[in-house]
Amino acid sequence: MSAVVTPGSVQTAEHSQSHRPDPNYLTHTKGFLSWALTLDHKRIGLMYLVGILTSFLLGGILALLLRAELFFPGEQMFSNDGYNQLFTLHGAVMVFLFIIPSVPAALGNFLVPVMLGAKDVAFPRLNLSSFYLWLAGTAFFLVALFSTGLDTGWTFYTPYSTLTQGPVVAATMGVFILGFSSIFTGLNFIVTINTMRPPGMTWFRMPLFLWATYSTSIIQVLATPVLGITVLLLAAERVLKIGIFDPAYNGDPVAFQHFFWFYSHPAVYIMILPAMGIISELMSVHSHKAIFGYRMIAFSSVAIALFGFLVWGHHMFTSGMAEVTTIIFSALTFTVSIPSAIKVFNWLFTMYQGTVSLVTPMCYALAFLFLFTIGGLTGLFLGSLSTDRHLHDTYFVVAHFHYVMMGGTLIAFLGGLFHWWPKMIGKMYNELGGQISALVVFIGFNLTFLPQFVMGSRGMPRRYAQYDKEFEFLHQMSTVGAFVLGMGLFIAAGVLLSSLFRGRKAPANPWGGDTLEWHCESPPPFYNFLRPPVVKDPYDYSRLVYDNRVGGYVERPEDRASGSHK
Amino acid sequence: MIQPWLLADEPASFWFPEQASTFASEVDWFFHAILWICIVFFVLIVAGMVYFVWKFRQRPGYQGSPEALHNNALEITWTVIPTLIAVWIFVRGVYGYLDMMSPPTETYDIEVKATQWNWSFKYPNGALSNDLHVPINKPVKLIMRSEDVIHSLFIPAFRCKTDIVPGRLNIMWFQAIKEGSFDLYCTEYCGTKHSVMQALTVVQSQEQFDAWLAEASKPPEDPIEWGKWLYERQGCKGCHSIDGSLVVGPSFKGSFGTSMEMSNGEKVTMDEQYIRNSILNPQTQARVNFAAKINQMNSYAGKLKEEEISALTAFIKSLK
Repeated sequence: MSAVVTPGSVQTAEHSQSHRPDPNYLTHTKGFLSWALTLDHKRIGLMYLVGILTSFLLGGILALLLRAELFFPGEQMFSNDGYNQLFTLHGAVMVFLFIIPSVPAALGNFLVPVMLGAKDVAFPRLNLSSFYLWLAGTAFFLVALFSTGLDTGWTFYTPYSTLTQGPVVAATMGVFILGFSSIFTGLNFIVTINTMRPPGMTWFRMPLFLWATYSTSIIQVLATPVLGITVLLLAAERVLKIGIFDPAYNGDPVAFQHFFWFYSHPAVYIMILPAMGIISELMSVHSHKAIFGYRMIAFSSVAIALFGFLVWGHHMFTSGMAEVTTIIFSALTFTVSIPSAIKVFNWLFTMYQGTVSLVTPMCYALAFLFLFTIGGLTGLFLGSLSTDRHLHDTYFVVAHFHYVMMGGTLIAFLGGLFHWWPKMIGKMYNELGGQISALVVFIGFNLTFLPQFVMGSRGMPRRYAQYDKEFEFLHQMSTVGAFVLGMGLFIAAGVLLSSLFRGRKAPANPWGGDTLEWHCESPPPFYNFLRPPVVKDPYDYSRLVYDNRVGGYVERPEDRASGSHK
Repeated sequence: MIQPWLLADEPASFWFPEQASTFASEVDWFFHAILWICIVFFVLIVAGMVYFVWKFRQRPGYQGSPEALHNNALEITWTVIPTLIAVWIFVRGVYGYLDMMSPPTETYDIEVKATQWNWSFKYPNGALSNDLHVPINKPVKLIMRSEDVIHSLFIPAFRCKTDIVPGRLNIMWFQAIKEGSFDLYCTEYCGTKHSVMQALTVVQSQEQFDAWLAEASKPPEDPIEWGKWLYERQGCKGCHSIDGSLVVGPSFKGSFGTSMEMSNGEKVTMDEQYIRNSILNPQTQARVNFAAKINQMNSYAGKLKEEEISALTAFIKSLK
């Protein structure tokens, strides 16, 4: 049972309508408007994918520029103002344009209805408008990018953001619009999962990716409006000089931080929960074994979503809040760590007595376990009050959040992309190339961010365009790592893009998964399923066997059921 | 002017600068305790991962079993033990934190003024300094305020940090246990020169500190020297250079007596009256190209006495 390509399984990439009675969702209608006005969740997902990957490229270039500037301690290519704009835009582009939408919009939109055996989401038009809202918000952001001076940091702390000259209003209006994109997506998924599960798919027979998506959607709907109000208040303050946050008019700057982090902390769970959902799928499918402790993973997803609303103050331990407040926030912060730890153990033990296949998605999933563990464990130093007093606002924090957001969410996103690429695009990619990309990304990532923990505990503050000479060597290691990481990401992009032209045609089930998306063609027809598929346990691998002629997995002849569409 | 990146706190151990305050030993010990806990869990997880990948890898002749597993004893253990560890870490963190937040009743108080992009430390006898001099082995309390945006005072060697929020006073205390000079950074992003808004924390024996304080309390008698002394301590240096380079506001070099174009088109000569007006009512006039930047300059009305303004004028006059 291996994924080796044998001569018999290689098929040509092209297919004409005359050979296939059902055109897939990519080909069944043509023309710009058929995409621009599509209501097909799969096309919307694909458009989102292109959009967010472009944003990721932009954010990544900004990162490489700022790491290059930091190679030497003094001013190099950029003035202090230039550097301040670089880190502001890097953060804002990555957080708002890339990471928050990434998994739900690009992968979730595609997968949620298919995993439910449904034809589309509950509200297809709302789905399309989510996409256009994302585009509009992005446009505002690009205005901020190309006009001069947005240099507040992605966190827009007052009173600096009320006083500074840059395009704060344009950027915050972009955030406001993007917020609606996120809210509508969340709303759509909640209704879809609540009301469109097929007969037989009780809550505890759902794929874990859907549990993750559902928990994320709750956060999106409840938390994002708070961000919307916050940026509106900030814009109003700038324009009308009301005095909410600006002490010159009797406002309270720390109130802004409370407002901002009340959303932005749950936002990081919007980022990580879908990624955890992906890892649950990847670990299970590529170990050919049902997930260990399904219920605990499901419950922990909801627990993380709910507890995540209670801990925002841990971003503000040094701001001057009362001790009782900080102590309570510290205690609550530790409660969120436990469900995450449980998930890591469950994923690990999914491999126990399974059949582990080290294909590219699995390489990324294993990288996730390594990197997310480091990210999560380093949160312990920051949640605890005495160590945080030293580490807050240093590079230790920068390293921590890159480990969880990038080593966590991005790595899981890439793993998911490689995992579902055959389903979405209908092509297999070069497996060795994919594995190499995972290795280079892994090495580059650690080289970039491990030195930053040490820098931070040694006292290197964040958001510094210039720094003291004693930090030079660590910064240089970090910069070299960043370029290696960038190279790995370009390799991954190259592998996927070249599959568009040279990849062999993907079978319906290349990996041997049992969730419903593997029961339709690759790529799926525009209607997903002709008849609602029969719903069984989503992690029952005993019925699947590898078929060399097809180059993928099929149901064992004795188990072949009538509902699957082959 | 010392280039900031030449000031260095060489790390005393792999993770930390020197332990120069009473807080440092607890923070460092506790950090290492958490670190070891993390290492244990990390090694268990990664070793487990490598072992399982190896032992259960797909290969000819091996067939794993696809059924779901669960093990109540294991799952309870790996929930309870991390919970207990998390509780311990939380409690120990509060213990160190309460010490940091509870200044002793008798402290030597220093007022800190943070502005974009300058530190100014004011001692009980009125002396002003740009660097934070403190006596060794005495509890010191900093009463901190900002004139503009949020800053944060961080002394890595002391392991302490507190934000400085405009509109309120934030307090931080420490007790230095080692003589020497240690970095003092601004660590809450505050604009253009955030990364170079640095000072030194100079810990001295009581005798040396007293001597320093006596010197610092006396502004220079010569008016030009006094003007320069004020230029360095009252925040002018943060935005105006004296060597012709553009920082934020115009350089003072060679500007006295010259005719300048204002942003409203008028031509004005820089004389004593102009300087006095710029200090007391900066927002009423701006040179051309500085109309936007002038908003960042606060008025010094009530903060500088007339003699001090004269001294500053004498200093600016002297910069040919």
